Amino acid sequence: MLWAKNLLFVGVVLGGAVALGVNLMPPPGPTVAAQHNAEVYQEPGFRQTVARVDASFQKNWNSEGIKPAAPASDLQVARRLSLGLMGTVPSLEEIRQFESLPPDERLPWWIEQILRDGRFHDYFAERLARSYVGTEDGPFLLYRRRRFISWLANEVSQNRPYDGTVRELIAGHGLATDNPATNFISVTAQPELENQPDPVRLAGRVTRAFLGLRIDCAQCHNHPFAAWKQDDFESLSAFFGQARFGFTGTHDGTGEYQVDDKKRDVKRTVAPKVPFSAELMPLQGTRRQQLAGWVTHPQNPYFGRATVNRVWAFLTGQPLQTPIDNLEPDATNDGATLHPAIGILADDFSANGYDLHRLIRIIASTQVYRLESAGTHDATEAEEKAWALFPLTRLRPEQVAGAMLQTASIRTINADTHIAWRIIRATQLNDFVKRYGDSGEDEFDGRGGTIPQRLLLMNGELIRERIKESPFNATTRISIQAPNEVQSLEVAYLGVLSRRPTSAERAHFEPFLADQKLPKSQRMEDLFWSLLNSTEFSWNH
Amino acid sequence: MEPLTRRRFAGTATLAGATWLTPISQMLARAADVKPARHATAQSVIILWMQGGPSQLETFDPHPGTTIAGGSKAIDTALKGVQLGDGFGRLAEQLEHISLVRSVMSKEGDHERGTTTIKSGFRPDPTIVYPSIGAIATHELPAAGCDIPRHVSILSSQWPARGGFLGDQFDAFRTDDPAGAVPDTQSFLTPERDSDRLKHLDVLEASFAKGRSRRVDATLHKETLADARKMMTSEQLKAFDVSKEPLAVRKLYGDSPFGRGCLAARRLIEVGVRCVEVNLTGWDTHINNHAFTASQMKILDPAFAALIQDLHTRKLLDKTIVLCAGEFGRTPRMNPTGGRDHWPSGFSVALAGGGIRGGQIIGETDPEGKAKPKDPVEVGDLHATILKSLGIDFEKVSQTPIGRTVKFAEGEPIEKLLVGK
Repeated sequence: MLWAKNLLFVGVVLGGAVALGVNLMPPPGPTVAAQHNAEVYQEPGFRQTVARVDASFQKNWNSEGIKPAAPASDLQVARRLSLGLMGTVPSLEEIRQFESLPPDERLPWWIEQILRDGRFHDYFAERLARSYVGTEDGPFLLYRRRRFISWLANEVSQNRPYDGTVRELIAGHGLATDNPATNFISVTAQPELENQPDPVRLAGRVTRAFLGLRIDCAQCHNHPFAAWKQDDFESLSAFFGQARFGFTGTHDGTGEYQVDDKKRDVKRTVAPKVPFSAELMPLQGTRRQQLAGWVTHPQNPYFGRATVNRVWAFLTGQPLQTPIDNLEPDATNDGATLHPAIGILADDFSANGYDLHRLIRIIASTQVYRLESAGTHDATEAEEKAWALFPLTRLRPEQVAGAMLQTASIRTINADTHIAWRIIRATQLNDFVKRYGDSGEDEFDGRGGTIPQRLLLMNGELIRERIKESPFNATTRISIQAPNEVQSLEVAYLGVLSRRPTSAERAHFEPFLADQKLPKSQRMEDLFWSLLNSTEFSWNH
Repeated sequence: MEPLTRRRFAGTATLAGATWLTPISQMLARAADVKPARHATAQSVIILWMQGGPSQLETFDPHPGTTIAGGSKAIDTALKGVQLGDGFGRLAEQLEHISLVRSVMSKEGDHERGTTTIKSGFRPDPTIVYPSIGAIATHELPAAGCDIPRHVSILSSQWPARGGFLGDQFDAFRTDDPAGAVPDTQSFLTPERDSDRLKHLDVLEASFAKGRSRRVDATLHKETLADARKMMTSEQLKAFDVSKEPLAVRKLYGDSPFGRGCLAARRLIEVGVRCVEVNLTGWDTHINNHAFTASQMKILDPAFAALIQDLHTRKLLDKTIVLCAGEFGRTPRMNPTGGRDHWPSGFSVALAGGGIRGGQIIGETDPEGKAKPKDPVEVGDLHATILKSLGIDFEKVSQTPIGRTVKFAEGEPIEKLLVGK
């Protein structure tokens, strides 16, 4: 029987090898450019909102005598969309499809591709989650971050009305595994208090993430400028005073919310009360359900504004109103009034069933989103402030990592890619992000880069692995397949920077690529290294 | 468009190192010029970070013979009447240089939140990230010709020290066991290809700057890259390489990654690094506390003792503060699996050098593990003490990004620990 076992073993090994080979290097199948529904972009309400947003910026430019920058190329806009929504750059494969379409169909097609793409669902969910629960690991067993993210990704993929998603987050009940939305509550479990949720942290998260208000600043003291008082925050926290944990997960109990009165050293009972527009609060339901109803009420303007400002920031790299979670016009944001575009977008958002996909389509269709980031002259600060050109913002670590991994491959790395590749990608992405420095919660603070980041991109293992000679790397594939240096250069630029080289760049690189002094693969490696270490690669523009 | 437009780029670029400074930090830097430092004894800090939360009862605060000791023993030390946990034999000899605070009170019993609290001196707050001691020291004290990062975390654990509102460039530079090379500092090219690549980069930078040069300059991408390259070729980088030390010295610190980390820490502060965090994980002893703690102490004892001794011999101890601390202590009561759980109220840290008076014992815990400790010390007090020893005005007020004003440390220095008071 030994021979039979050996034969079986050899068979299994061979079969495995064939399967692996087929999956790692799948035969290039026919690429079908999926149809997109162009109608949504033509719908009168949609066109009107885009036009109103455009007009709101135009009005500002007129009054300040500012001339906006020229429109950016389609490919540049495609790159922005890809980075903001999927955390990576378009692949060469995608760029080829994109360019095969008639010019006015390209961006709508690309937006629809993205909205259907699993990378968008996952990445958008991760970005949203950071504003809800930060990056904390949370209490072991009670908090399942991955479940939470995949639930959110599913909400994004199904395009569930966003108000419903938020109500589930605030008021959901059950086990963290059965109803992943409840992780929003369970992440605040306090081990020292028998794992009961923390109403203070929850109230802070709710006001910041869903209302764009910093009522929690009043947690410790009355703010000198803001309208909120300490009582407002305590009363808001009281809505979570009955949230409990037990064997059945998160549920609602009874009893009143009590706080320590430090001055008098006693416990004080606090009744739930919303800080404004109390008439919007439903009379029925648990306290959390009442709060959820109030937060997402169509007449509570803050909910729409906060969401719009955040999605705008995901897409452009910068919130329309800074700081992202402080939309209350008061002394804390220099007395600035809200940008009118926030109101216009928020109105459309609530009038159309809190449709996130629609919101993304609208923002991506505005004039401002499609402006060039460079001007004919060096832009002034006033022009920058008025969004007369597209902002220059530092890419987040996972965007740099995602882009780098994609540029190393000709084909798109997405859900269709073999699982082995995706695992490798996930591991490398995590390692890279860790070394690059995770920017934690969604911070839009316009910081510069750091020395470890530059070291990592110059000398790091990931970049070495991804640009060295290997049949899996774009460097090698291009040097084998491209007929000449003109082609090689163009393909490398498209893959890394999503654009073609300028004439000055061609004049520099074409002779270098033609020079036989170094082996061809090393010339490509040098080119890729330079592209990946440029400011252009690490900044959104 | 706020963050970039508000920056006065020209002002920041001229500052030494040309790394990124926020308007707040500029303000702080200017303020630093005005106030002369008092008590400026120390110039650097070494933090031995015990990730996981070591049991005070087996290490710095033994109560032998009591129920809470759970059978663990203690040894006598160079200080009369002061005992340490059994296993700290070498450290016991150095106790005249070291002071113990046995009554630290924190409010955070979770690893991440506790770590943030002890490292920054403030409880975690969603509105702001507070800078750690190392970030403040790096920010406040002059660069003094140091080409390598001045805030370093060796064997970096899960939550390394952060720059917080001072900026990401004050985050600790993370590195692994000094037995290996410093990560990402070796170019993998011939010098010729290396310099060719820089020429390529210039071409790319020139085309990107077209029509946006002011904003591209403001990214400081090129300057940061230049700083990184300066570091790669700096002689000071050799400070990480402990193989340059005599074998006898290396032996003194112990043949462990942590021991090498402590040795590297000494070498780093010699070249002007302001703060080195050396991490030792494995203190989260929910089961088998005594055995796990003992094995960690075997690593800590020689390394900590050798560090104090070595700094002292080299006359560096007066200029260097050494802090040994974890995120919390462990419960006086043993759990059924022979472990101890998290205990943030009444645990120990050790301090030495840099203007810290040695041989002092602050606070006293209840031998029955019930009552609150005597002379409780808040986390903010520890920070105030350390910053004051560094000559940093710990009460200096900074404006946070949301317009709130905060001090570097909220607390009072422990006067009993400060020399020359």
